[in-house]
Amino acid sequence: MHYIHELKEGLAIAYKAVMANKMRSALTTLGIVIGIVSVTLMGTAIEGLDRAFNTSISKIGADVLYIQKWPWFAGDDWWKYRNRKDIYYQDAIEFQRQMKGVEAVSYGAGMGSGKGIKYKDNIMTNIIIIGSDENYVKTLGAYPEIGRFFNTFESDGGRPVCVLGKDVADGLFPKEDPIGKYVKANGYNFKVVGVLEKQGSMLGLFSLDSRIIIPMKQFVKIFGNRRSVQIIVKVGDKNKIDEAKEEVRGLMRKIRRLPPGKEDDFAINQQEAFTKTFETINMVISIVGLFITGLSLFVGSIGIMNVMFVSVTERTKEIGIRKALGARRRTILLQFLIESAAISLLGGLIGLLIAFPISLIVDQILPTAMPLSIILIAIFTSLLIGVLSGILPAMRASKLDPVEALRYE
Amino acid sequence: MPIINIKKMTKIYQVGLEEVHALRGVDLEVEKNEYVAIMGPSGSGKSTLMNMIGCLDTPTSGLYELNNINVSEMSDNELARIRNKEIGFVFQTFNLLPRSNALHNVELPLIYAGVHAHERKKLATEALEKVGLGDRIFHKPNELSGGQRQRVAIARALVNKPSIILADEPTGNLDSKTGDEIMSLFQKLHEAGNTIILVTHEEYIAEHAHRIIRLRDGIIENDQRIK
Repeated sequence: MHYIHELKEGLAIAYKAVMANKMRSALTTLGIVIGIVSVTLMGTAIEGLDRAFNTSISKIGADVLYIQKWPWFAGDDWWKYRNRKDIYYQDAIEFQRQMKGVEAVSYGAGMGSGKGIKYKDNIMTNIIIIGSDENYVKTLGAYPEIGRFFNTFESDGGRPVCVLGKDVADGLFPKEDPIGKYVKANGYNFKVVGVLEKQGSMLGLFSLDSRIIIPMKQFVKIFGNRRSVQIIVKVGDKNKIDEAKEEVRGLMRKIRRLPPGKEDDFAINQQEAFTKTFETINMVISIVGLFITGLSLFVGSIGIMNVMFVSVTERTKEIGIRKALGARRRTILLQFLIESAAISLLGGLIGLLIAFPISLIVDQILPTAMPLSIILIAIFTSLLIGVLSGILPAMRASKLDPVEALRYE
Repeated sequence: MPIINIKKMTKIYQVGLEEVHALRGVDLEVEKNEYVAIMGPSGSGKSTLMNMIGCLDTPTSGLYELNNINVSEMSDNELARIRNKEIGFVFQTFNLLPRSNALHNVELPLIYAGVHAHERKKLATEALEKVGLGDRIFHKPNELSGGQRQRVAIARALVNKPSIILADEPTGNLDSKTGDEIMSLFQKLHEAGNTIILVTHEEYIAEHAHRIIRLRDGIIENDQRIK
């Protein structure tokens, strides 16, 4: 009960003290404001990075396995993988025929479109042509925005149909409906049956919307049979990934006729590979970033401690009077602690008020939001800093001898 | 029962390597509602005795009973409580909080006594009215004259209904006319039943009291009733 009382009185005294020296209080608070602004913006940026990564990565699908010659993170062993046999269309078909117990199996081969994709007078260059089957759409994590993906009949029959990525469709058909129209790719005509919804870029590396997807048999017609193919397995159940991985490995070894004891001559890649790497990078960036911005906060707290020491010395006589009238050590200690905590907390709140609109601006460039956790951490940290910075000066104040203090001029 | 009972009080200060014997064995009894003046030249131990009586410090040896409470060996926190409840200080330099108004200054001892806001305002206002400043309770010290400031200090000293009022050169910073007004106020307070201890080096101020105690070299040289 008594503590609430003392807290109220302490706040009243703190308010008067801060107001008495507005310039000084403002400068002291500024240190914390800058510290909190940097820390919260750093936290927001890290959150943005996280989000950007997760959005990108979700395009791979957490439950999708990609079987190809190269592992995604080849590292120093790349020379080992260079000599591996390619995975060919025949292998993919055979695999698809034999693999059971998963939601979908597809395959894909990609080549750049040398001459570009043409429609009437419009031409799009730097487009990737992908050859696949009707199951490809299940592994994509995206669906046709208009029209449809090609079907089993069109895929098996190698019909000259295609599905366009969003950017390709927008570029070739700015004002028209693309469905049913014919585009020319590398000299061949394809009828557009669907346009995929916008997928964005994969980790900023390449755009998933600059693609055109055609049945594999057509792909083979254009580019020949000896192209390297990627087998894609959509497991369906995230919890069964490891099981599925083993089955896939067994089947691939069989198809590639690998004797037991010999190493795999293919890689089974999954989203996890990226996630693990990213998590490590993210942690390093977070620690370093927050540490550096934390330093500015530390400097701010030193500022508070300095000012509090000065304040205590300035008010020596006042402390003597209060003690003479009956203030106990604890009361004086609390009074100065509340003062430094109030200055610090005020700095924290002002910092948040400044950082929040800035985070909204950052959101325009890198989709992000100030995480609630950072806001709470900022408030708690500024309070903590206030208390820690103020404790030494407050202790000195509380220990003053009333007789000496009263004599101080 | 005397309100102040001091027996064989000594106080030794350590100043660098030297020991200073400020009080060398003081015996003193003051009854309730006495009006005592303590006098002495510089170095007599007058200020030290005042600090002892006011519980701002504890003696090196000896007994001090204030209002039947043995305060000779109390801790800092306990002394603070005693000061709050039993002592009303009046200083030569007024010692008001410059940034607070008269009302808040008088409330201070009540705040430390844990009295709630509503009750506090009432008691503080009454105390200020008693010293004739009822119409200036929201004035800050720099808006008051010297005499008025000292009256605020006196109101503050009274507000917790202490056992003794301890005044250290209360008119030292005032002109003679205002000084006389303050001394009349003390007279009124004495007549109202308060116990007043006045510390001064001015003979004519001491003569307002009913008993004069003279200190020299750390002991009581003379203790005389004059009224």
